[in-house]
Amino acid sequence: MSTLLAHDIPGGAAWSVLLRAGRALRLTALDVGANASTLIFAAHDRVDRLNVPDTLKAQMSARIRPPMVLMSDRGVGLCSVTGSSLDWHDAVCGHSLDAHVAAFGPSSYGRDRNEWRRSARSGFLSELRKHGLGETDLHGCVNFFSRVATHDDGSLTFVPGHASGGDWVELRAEIDLLVIISTAPHPLAREWAPSPVRAEVGPSTPYGADDPSMTFRDESARALLAAQAVFA
Amino acid sequence: MTATAVQAALDVTVEAGDGFVGVVPAGGAFRIVDVAGNQAADTLLFDAADVTNRYSALDTIREQGSVYLTNGSRLLSSNLDLLATITEDTCGRHDTLGGACAQESNVVRYGLSTRHQHACRETFLRFGAQVGIDARGLTHNINFFMNVPLTAAGALTFEDGVSAPGKYVQFEAARDVIVLISNCPQLNNPCNGWDPTPLRLLGWWPA
Repeated sequence: MSTLLAHDIPGGAAWSVLLRAGRALRLTALDVGANASTLIFAAHDRVDRLNVPDTLKAQMSARIRPPMVLMSDRGVGLCSVTGSSLDWHDAVCGHSLDAHVAAFGPSSYGRDRNEWRRSARSGFLSELRKHGLGETDLHGCVNFFSRVATHDDGSLTFVPGHASGGDWVELRAEIDLLVIISTAPHPLAREWAPSPVRAEVGPSTPYGADDPSMTFRDESARALLAAQAVFA
Repeated sequence: MTATAVQAALDVTVEAGDGFVGVVPAGGAFRIVDVAGNQAADTLLFDAADVTNRYSALDTIREQGSVYLTNGSRLLSSNLDLLATITEDTCGRHDTLGGACAQESNVVRYGLSTRHQHACRETFLRFGAQVGIDARGLTHNINFFMNVPLTAAGALTFEDGVSAPGKYVQFEAARDVIVLISNCPQLNNPCNGWDPTPLRLLGWWPA
């Protein structure tokens, strides 16, 4: 990928990027146990945003993996997962809150300077507010690089160290997007050991009817067609 | 004295495809009865004092370590505040991962011919507007009486309901909560047994 933008997000930090339709966003774990809690909005109308339940039920999956299409409240394919070294990214456990981070002991800027521990919620709100958004815009996120194993009785088990340094996932923006990422640990992680994540933006290859996300399921194809028609 | 032995403060029937919004006071008991069986009751809860402090499906799932809701499930807000606890459940299992139907997501799932069919999100928006909850205020809901099995392999499917006529679920509000319900009109999958039917809502408030 010829890179238009590259940025290393430190572990435990938050970042946002406006992503043009047709661009690829590649996230790479730079160390073991990385987590990238991710919110996604339609940049032209931020009322429309990622809908995790609709994404999962339309594609009959309890995990995010290639070549799934991440869908919005209005049934628009926001982006396609065009590739990943991992076949499981969690989307059923939400992001960390201050209460999870407090379990690791007291932390503040005054005490720890820029190593202070902040939750994904705190980071999300910080980035959301820069864009005129706030608490009401929080929604179910995808936790890229994390896996929470599901069992047939409905119980859940966090899988520590699911991602190693070098693991990656690539998203193709189907419309212009606002993407907000927190690298705080997964809310079920038992230690504060946040790993950095590299974000790289580059062009994607134009796709046709034989694109893996188009042929994955009829539902995936219809969400991509909705993206192509988002402006009449 | 059990709740059912005293006069209900609330007793309404919500027809198929209709909705409800109302406040359940702290300590109040709220029961949803699946009158004819296999009827999804799409439900959202909000802290009546601050509607941004709203039911969070994913926080609730994570904190209880299980994807299904049942008796004893603590329904948490996006701030991890307890909004309500399920105290009675004759059905046994409820979904909170499948979200609500919408006209647009029906198009994704079932094709363009479903674009103008009635859907839960229409009801959420219409009834939510009465209490200042708009599209930004809507997030991922509970589907009482709905069966959305998840597998160890990471699959998720919609199956025929595990509910039956007269089964009910009841929760007790931990603070004053706004309850927003869409009685699901979905015709394209088995979530309503292919035939949406009424729900009965009953409430008992503390003296």
